[in-house]
Amino acid sequence: MDPKSWIRAKARISPYEAIFWIAAAVIPFVFFENYLSLAASVAVTALFCISLDMILGYAGIISLGHAAFFGIGAYTAGILSARGWGEPISGLLLAAAVTAAVGYIVSFMIVRVQHLALLMITLGLSFLLAELAISFDQFTGGSDGLQGIDTWKLLGIWKFSLWGHTAYAYALATLFVLFLLARRIVHSPFGLTLEAIRENPVRTTALGAPNHAHLRKIFTIAAAFAGVAGALLAQISETVSPEALGFQRSAEIAVMLILGGTGRLYGAILGAIIFMIARDQISGFYLQYWYFWIGLILILVVLFLPRGILGGLERLARLGRRA
Amino acid sequence: MKKTVTALLTAAATLLCGAAFAQETVKIGVINAYSGQFADPGAQLDAGITLYMQQHGDTVAGKKIEIIRKDVGGIAPDVAKRLAEELIVRDKVDILAGALLTPNALAMGDVSAEAEKFMVVMNATTPVIITKSPYMIRTSATASQINGNFGTWIANQGVKQVYTMVTDYGPGIGSGTAFEEAFKAAGGEIVGQDRTPVVNPDFSPFVQRVAEADPEALYVWVPGGTQPPALAKALAERGITPENTKIYGQGELTDDAALEALGETALGIITAYHYNVHRDDAMNDEFVEAYRAANDGRDPDIYSIGAYDGMAAIYKALEATGGDASGEALINAAKGMTWDSPRGPIGIDAETGDVVQTIWIREVQMVDGKPANVIIDQVENAK
Repeated sequence: MDPKSWIRAKARISPYEAIFWIAAAVIPFVFFENYLSLAASVAVTALFCISLDMILGYAGIISLGHAAFFGIGAYTAGILSARGWGEPISGLLLAAAVTAAVGYIVSFMIVRVQHLALLMITLGLSFLLAELAISFDQFTGGSDGLQGIDTWKLLGIWKFSLWGHTAYAYALATLFVLFLLARRIVHSPFGLTLEAIRENPVRTTALGAPNHAHLRKIFTIAAAFAGVAGALLAQISETVSPEALGFQRSAEIAVMLILGGTGRLYGAILGAIIFMIARDQISGFYLQYWYFWIGLILILVVLFLPRGILGGLERLARLGRRA
Repeated sequence: MKKTVTALLTAAATLLCGAAFAQETVKIGVINAYSGQFADPGAQLDAGITLYMQQHGDTVAGKKIEIIRKDVGGIAPDVAKRLAEELIVRDKVDILAGALLTPNALAMGDVSAEAEKFMVVMNATTPVIITKSPYMIRTSATASQINGNFGTWIANQGVKQVYTMVTDYGPGIGSGTAFEEAFKAAGGEIVGQDRTPVVNPDFSPFVQRVAEADPEALYVWVPGGTQPPALAKALAERGITPENTKIYGQGELTDDAALEALGETALGIITAYHYNVHRDDAMNDEFVEAYRAANDGRDPDIYSIGAYDGMAAIYKALEATGGDASGEALINAAKGMTWDSPRGPIGIDAETGDVVQTIWIREVQMVDGKPANVIIDQVENAK
């Protein structure tokens, strides 16, 4: 098989994918109408998770501060809306532009370091931004959170209500468009090069691949994705607080990604779905100790399914085919 | 055919009974921190709700009260908002309650306004929260209610100059500002201002600056817990004691744990608070005793009393409406209501929906060989 058709075969859309997206668009509206707020929140989280997957799963850049970009996006869209421009889609675009710019600047620092230093820098960045958000309270509303966000009707037609119809449709549509973009990126020669850099950076340098430039590029793109996710949340919930930039959010997103399986995009979506629904359901029964069960699930997954739930499913499918 | 008709009738009857039964229940959705770093105050708040229902039963005006608890996990307004939406859409609650933390309370307020549901803020004290929904009341206190009235009271005692030192975050700054404004309005002068960090502060440089300024009086605001003893110790080390500099603060400064750590150095510190666990009052004694019995001997605190009175407000409003749990009916019944609480007389402002209550001014004095908060004055009907 020649390389081009190999890439094309890898990028072919499988029927399972079509089924998944149709189900995502139909099932919540038809069967779980009372759960649309949760579904919207899952879609936002899945988008954020995909962003982390692009740098962690594909390019091998570990980050404990990815919420920094989520928060910048949330504050950008939030402040824009609080200052009188509540049109949602332009808010998303502006958030993407701002986070991409910040991501690009930060990426120069990121590509120089690895492992522990990388963790420290990303962690430090999110702490720094959270403190900034608290101190510049005339812009951000400080520790009480930003007030006065008013998201206008989507496309001038659909109002965001507490039932969450518009919120879910909006979040899912954004997720779908950006997912297609992410899918296109990771299945391109550029995406393959990223995986090669992740596996063996010395060898890719020897082959003539510009490691740093590639990593900067994907980091910038991922930052913009995270920014859009943050902006979505700010617009849907009409609230942003410094916790949008916090460590908790960065850590949870990493947990979801590991749960679902890194380096396969759908792992990010699956992880977000399982984590958010498990939290919603378990915390209903075990109000105070639900984290215990999440922790237990995580340990079991890491022990028995080292490539995450999706990785485990793939292995099962392969075994099934062989037998 | 006959069978089908019977089946249909049975089904219809069941459905009708179900609907009738549902009408007999008033659901209260409580959004509170049950996990994470605010789980402890969250537990105290929840214990207040539980105790009230234990004492007053779960039926009001012929309706059964059902509590649905949701964990927001800490400061997370986006989660609080979603949970509030879900409580209304999914669980069909009639009343929103809880609201331990300000950002969450603000987010819940939006939902209360949109869904036109009655909401009871049981703790968060930032003044602006109450403006978020026309269906909202508050049963805790507001930062300005305690500290503003305290500032006026201090000025009326003849104190001319105060140096303020507050924690550098929302509640601290809010309390400090309310204090300063009231104190200045009453003719006082602020001779110095300082802000201490929220996390693990080293108070010595701040206290050194106070010592150098040598003010007539010092007003401090620090969050309860480990900070009050550390601050008081730093003050004592620099020779700033109530003997030469009057020290004022909000109630947390001299709570029981702090007094135990401080010992005699706390003598003479004057604080203002809306709830006094040890206030000698039959209703309070009974409340504290019942609370201890239900919570392994633990004392109630401001979180418990906020929730306890929050439930009292809900019960009384429901009694007044005859069980009508619509937002409009409940808010109209609740506004202007007054009742007796273990904390003292309490009421709901007829205009704003905010809490009206007595602010107790306490001085640390020796009682039976131990330092204790002794009530020396009170500001009645404080808003």
